[in-house]
Amino acid sequence: MDIPRRKFDTLIIGAGGGGLRAALQLSQADAHVAVVSKVFPTRSHTVAAQGGVNAALANVRPDNWHWHMFDTVKGSDYLGDQDAIEYMCRAAPRAVYELEHFGVPFSRLEDGRIYQRQFGGQSMNFGGEQAARTCAAADRTGHAILQSLYQQNIRAKTHFFDEYFAIDLLHHHDGSFLGALVLNIATGEKLVIEAKTTLLATGGAGQIFRTNTNALINTGDGMAMALRAGVPLQDMEFFQFHPTGIAGKGMLLSEGARGEGGFLINGDGERFMERYAPHAKDLASRDVVSRAITTEVREGRGCGPNKDHVLLTLKHIDSAVIRKRLPAIRDLALTFANVDMCDEPVPVFPTAHYTMGGIPTNRFGEVVAPVEHGPEEAMPGLYAAGECACVSVHGGNRLGGNSLLDIIVFGRAAGNQIIEFLGENRYHQPLQDDCLEPALQRLARWDNKGDGETVADLRMELTKTMEEHCGVFRTEAVLSEGVSKVLALQQRLPDVCIKDHSQVFNTARIEALELENLMDVAIATIMSAQQRQESRGAHSRIDYPERDDVNWLRHSLYHKTSNTVDYKPVRMKPLTVATFPPKPRTY
Amino acid sequence: MQEATESDAGKINRLAWQCRRGMRELDELLNSFLLQGYRGLDEPAQETFARLLEYPDAVLLELLMGRMTPADKDVAHIVRKIRNPAAP
Ligand SMILES: Cc1cc2nc3c(=O)[nH]c(=O)nc-3n(C[C@H](O)[C@H](O)[C@H](O)COP(=O)(O)OP(=O)(O)OC[C@H]3O[C@@H](n4cnc5c(N)ncnc54)[C@H](O)[C@@H]3O)c2cc1C
Repeated sequence: MDIPRRKFDTLIIGAGGGGLRAALQLSQADAHVAVVSKVFPTRSHTVAAQGGVNAALANVRPDNWHWHMFDTVKGSDYLGDQDAIEYMCRAAPRAVYELEHFGVPFSRLEDGRIYQRQFGGQSMNFGGEQAARTCAAADRTGHAILQSLYQQNIRAKTHFFDEYFAIDLLHHHDGSFLGALVLNIATGEKLVIEAKTTLLATGGAGQIFRTNTNALINTGDGMAMALRAGVPLQDMEFFQFHPTGIAGKGMLLSEGARGEGGFLINGDGERFMERYAPHAKDLASRDVVSRAITTEVREGRGCGPNKDHVLLTLKHIDSAVIRKRLPAIRDLALTFANVDMCDEPVPVFPTAHYTMGGIPTNRFGEVVAPVEHGPEEAMPGLYAAGECACVSVHGGNRLGGNSLLDIIVFGRAAGNQIIEFLGENRYHQPLQDDCLEPALQRLARWDNKGDGETVADLRMELTKTMEEHCGVFRTEAVLSEGVSKVLALQQRLPDVCIKDHSQVFNTARIEALELENLMDVAIATIMSAQQRQESRGAHSRIDYPERDDVNWLRHSLYHKTSNTVDYKPVRMKPLTVATFPPKPRTY
Repeated sequence: MQEATESDAGKINRLAWQCRRGMRELDELLNSFLLQGYRGLDEPAQETFARLLEYPDAVLLELLMGRMTPADKDVAHIVRKIRNPAAP
């Protein structure tokens, strides 16, 4: 076989904050590192993060890592692993100072220290008053992190393969991971990257839902690669939705609009949140508002010709106030909904935002799975970090500002663990040709010519089905019908054809490969959601409205090979402090 | 003629991939412009569009949301077109 091969100590798939932080750790330790990214690194989705990154620096209000830990455990609805959460919260201040040192221009207080803003879910003193824990570089935190880490990596001589698409992991029959088959998008040429260690850092999978806030590249590729390599996915039923996305588009209109007095109305012109949350009304928590909107639409009280959304109105507010206090939100509505909020209401619908589940790892970034000796055996040579991983610090629900922290802390931790592995494993294992076969076949399948369904049509049906059957309104009937529908869609995949068989920037082929990934991840998500008969964090079942710690304080693991879900315990024991036992989660 | 068409398709494919960005907002604006507005541009304007795609995402967002005005008047023209395809 004459596919060119390149050898590296470490292959990192993904150049968002997670991948770049790991790469830097490794390159600075003189490891020979390749980073593969399907888009130019600084166009990774991390760039979209505007809010900031959490760390208990105590610059604005008193704070410490233990309070941060409490908030994160509580926010996770007790599904987060407390050892990993302790590790992350302790590591946070140092991680942020490191970013500062790498060149991230954090906004500052007058005395020069890093400014910190308040975000939901942050408290002082284990559930007391509001804390201020989020560090931001104006509203460009993600952009600044990516730019700084990218520059540092260039300096440290990390080798970048820009606009290369990873097809599949290569693994040996004995279970060890040996790199990946990748495709040069610009030329259509295949390349084998052999590596002693491989880190998946491919980000989230918001694109499995029709309405989402994510970039188009967030198709869960790494998660699907892991599934195909026999690794299960953990806690996929936990997907964070934001109640007010622009209907049919997904862009997020932040809480700011409702904070200034905006409210939601249904097709009858009714201010319906008064029925669902008489006190908090439109400012009730995200899951409550999301479910209320979906219920209105399901019960036929939606707006528009298809009655498929509700309206967010600010008409009663002085337009000067809107222009002054909500300029960015008004711009978004103008641009994407063609509506000036000063005069007209905006069509909104819950939008998929963040993938809490993912590839199971321990706090060292090693991918762990039930093989023979218990549920958490490390897969030799395979690591994961960032939104594609589930370490699990977010459990059932992620707190704002904690995911930039997650990618930085566990990107670094994975880098350190890999350095240790490389110290003990100095040579490449031989890569036999037959290890390449499944990946090559997967790619070759798209060379088939003929007439069939289009990628776009099947993708639209898949994402619509996921939205209708695995969104915020979940019951046994809705989910099990959804499982059947999605499995039926999967059966149609072999009939899908692409028309473009050119080599140069063949985006049709990439989209076809992404569709396969979306399908695998969607099945994992809806199967896990159907099985979990309780409401916890972002997974809320109308038919099981309570959290059930007796039966369900455990992580789900979806396996592709058997198409089944099994479970493993939550790690309740922190590293040095006492366990935070489950309590009702009220704010 | 045949060759010219093929390389044209290749160019659109390349631009389509370069319109894949890190933000939902940019994906939407750039992709719909590529599909609907791009072909109507003359060659220098098409080149300016390609140049615009080299800008960092955060800057593109500011430009395309109208929060920042580009100094380069050719870029300003393309930005206006993307924001309002009906603009002259
Ligand atoms: C609108 C929005 C705002 C947010 N704001 C905040 C915030 O304020 N604070 C916060 O903490 N979090 C925020 N988040 C969440 C946070 O931005 C993400 O969770 C985080 O940036 C993910 O980083 P990552 O490194 O895991 O992946 P990403 O940044 O998504 O990077 C993934 C990388 O993988 C590559 N890749 C994927 N598939 C392949 C493949 N097949 N082949 C090759 N390369 C591949 C991509 O090219 C990319 O380089 C926000 C999210 C959204 C959607």
